[in-house]
Amino acid sequence: MGRAWNRHILRRWIRTRLLLGVFSALSAFAQETHVGNLTGHAAAGKQFYRRFCIGCHGPFGDGNGENAPWIDPKPRDFTSATFKCRSTPTGMLPTDQDLYNSVARGFTNSNMPHWDSLTRHSRVDLLAYIKTFSARWQTDKAGDVLQIPAEPPITIQSIAHGSELFQKLECWKCHGQQGRGDGPSASTLTDSRDNPIRPYNFAAGSDDSRFKCGAENQDIYKIFMTGLDGTPMPSFADVIQPDDAWDLVHFLRTLQVNRKSKENDALRTAGGKIPKVETKDAAPATAPPAQPDTKPPGAEK
Amino acid sequence: MQICVFEPRGDRGRSAGTVGLWAALILGAFAFSSNQQAHAIPAFARKYGMPCSACHEAWPKLNNFGQVFKDNGYQLGNDKDSPIYHEPSYWPVSFRITPNWHRENTNRVAVDQAATGVQGVTTQGFDLSGLDILTAGTLMKNISFLLTPSANSSAQFHFESAWVRFDNLLKSPWLNVKMGKFELDNVLSEKRILSLSNNGGLYQIYHFRPFGDVGAAANPFGIGDNQLGLEVMGHSRNSYTRYSVAVLSSTDGNVGLPASNGYDVSLAGSQAFEAGSLGLQRVGAFAYFGQEPTYALTSGGNPIPGAGQGNKSFMRAGMYGMWYLKRFDITTMFTHASESAFLATGTASNAILPAGARDPVWNGVLLESHFTVSPQFILVNRYELIRMSQQALPGSASTPPAPSNQGDLDALTFGARWYPFMHSRAGFAIHNEYSIVRSRGIFQANSTAPFQDSTSNSVFVGFDFIF
Repeated sequence: MGRAWNRHILRRWIRTRLLLGVFSALSAFAQETHVGNLTGHAAAGKQFYRRFCIGCHGPFGDGNGENAPWIDPKPRDFTSATFKCRSTPTGMLPTDQDLYNSVARGFTNSNMPHWDSLTRHSRVDLLAYIKTFSARWQTDKAGDVLQIPAEPPITIQSIAHGSELFQKLECWKCHGQQGRGDGPSASTLTDSRDNPIRPYNFAAGSDDSRFKCGAENQDIYKIFMTGLDGTPMPSFADVIQPDDAWDLVHFLRTLQVNRKSKENDALRTAGGKIPKVETKDAAPATAPPAQPDTKPPGAEK
Repeated sequence: MQICVFEPRGDRGRSAGTVGLWAALILGAFAFSSNQQAHAIPAFARKYGMPCSACHEAWPKLNNFGQVFKDNGYQLGNDKDSPIYHEPSYWPVSFRITPNWHRENTNRVAVDQAATGVQGVTTQGFDLSGLDILTAGTLMKNISFLLTPSANSSAQFHFESAWVRFDNLLKSPWLNVKMGKFELDNVLSEKRILSLSNNGGLYQIYHFRPFGDVGAAANPFGIGDNQLGLEVMGHSRNSYTRYSVAVLSSTDGNVGLPASNGYDVSLAGSQAFEAGSLGLQRVGAFAYFGQEPTYALTSGGNPIPGAGQGNKSFMRAGMYGMWYLKRFDITTMFTHASESAFLATGTASNAILPAGARDPVWNGVLLESHFTVSPQFILVNRYELIRMSQQALPGSASTPPAPSNQGDLDALTFGARWYPFMHSRAGFAIHNEYSIVRSRGIFQANSTAPFQDSTSNSVFVGFDFIF
């Protein structure tokens, strides 16, 4: 009787586990994305993943595709559901729109091309399939979308304050005083998978240079406030106010010395020098004030 | 080594298990020879680490991502495009050849030993295709190139392609300039054709000429042939919108200016649009305005190269649609063509045309469908129809009279390509194909015999590989 009962329990347990496994697999495969009026389905996206993504991101989405050993930076590991480019707070899942934008935009300084040659429907299907690689997409929800206030006017005062914040927040430790990605900590940085990672070099590139998560000032603002999850770049949402973040954006644009911008125009108008800001509560700078070592285009001597 | 990256979830065993079955089916199947000069370049796959299927629906047929890559000068648009970012040992070279078995049959051939002087002839056996050596990529960012030394099956080389292209001029994808020998902007590309047999390895609709038109010997024009010239083309970022304007030497791509020193003009444009989950649809049109000499200056009775005279014109135009219904797609094309009566009758422009001669006109229809079962298996079917709407000479001009449909052509091709593996280092396809072409009223056993139809068919089985 006891043995028969145990067998009965064991059978029920196996049956339950099997059902749960099947249900879990099916629910993952029923994963959806919603971008605008489009709904993507994982089942349809699988073929696109296998066609376009598998070489780098691997058959299991863990970033271990056949090409992964040869490329730097390494492909994203979708199983961790950690994404750099988000409009949501640090540690939270991105929105479907964030993922959609990333796929369409591609990532500069990496092997990831822009995929806007795929139809919009293909892309949302593809994203739905990518979301099957991590259970987080079934248990967690995307965070609240960051509200970006209107950009204040670009002035030399804004740039000067941004320069001060660059020191105060110790951005220079990684990015270097001239924003060349050569700060004293730069060589020690690693990402969440312990792969070496380089800070962004603002001085490289020219008019068509862009950041990993976009090319507009709003995109840089978003990076401050959300951080780049999986990298040493933290979120400053709890540290600085929106106006401060905008000032920092304006200053960082002046580090792009080969790029035509309103910020560089403002700097040129000011004679190519960033004035010191007299603030009462500013922490003393721990390093020399940041100054672009190359004057912006057209700067007067 | 990961062989079958498309079977990651326990399907690999099943895939391997089907190899024997497929091999048996294929080896027991059809027969094939090849004149293909197709482009599918693993050097790109190696450079960017993507499987062939990223750019090709089934290589060598491009998908829209591959089209964008090509339109952008073999660049993905990221910082890895310039060769200086790659290992110095990286060498952008690929080789393609197709060992094959093929069988050809023609129902009417003039044979001396035949009692009637005519009989059907069948040939078959193991063979090789031509060889393509594809070298392509970027010289630096936004300067791209393609060089294709190509040999026939007996290793006689020529340059199938050789061009340099300045990409994204004025930082705009709408302005790219290319000079050299290149394929015209045929979205339905003969260089990426999915059929390889003698009959099916070309688009009849791209090469048709009226019966009796031998043209200038050095210029058997075909819109599918690579041409020598300069092209200005542009495209939207996703290549949904594309245009091309090219000025070309009237030599059909033959080097050394063998006959003509005239110029042709090619125009092409297309627009793609999304249709929900069905896929990307594309419509387009093209036109080619060319000329050929009708006689040559001679020296001691021998033609002086490049000194063709008495140019007469010809024209090809067409419009097409590429319609996708998820994994099934069909290309529809309509073409209209005409040429000078001087060319069609082989008459020098300073001579008198035969009585009743006029410009021949013909129309063509093409239907090519594919069912992409997976990136590793594709079924192909094509039907081409060409009809003369106006013959160069009236039927009564010859004895016996020529039929009014003389030269009309029907071509049917179907086949399958299976890619046992798909990765970023090499490509391999087991290719099976059958093709049949029937031409009306082009066979005449002797000068007094009636004109009869000629039918030929090809069977082709090949191991198509590129590395």
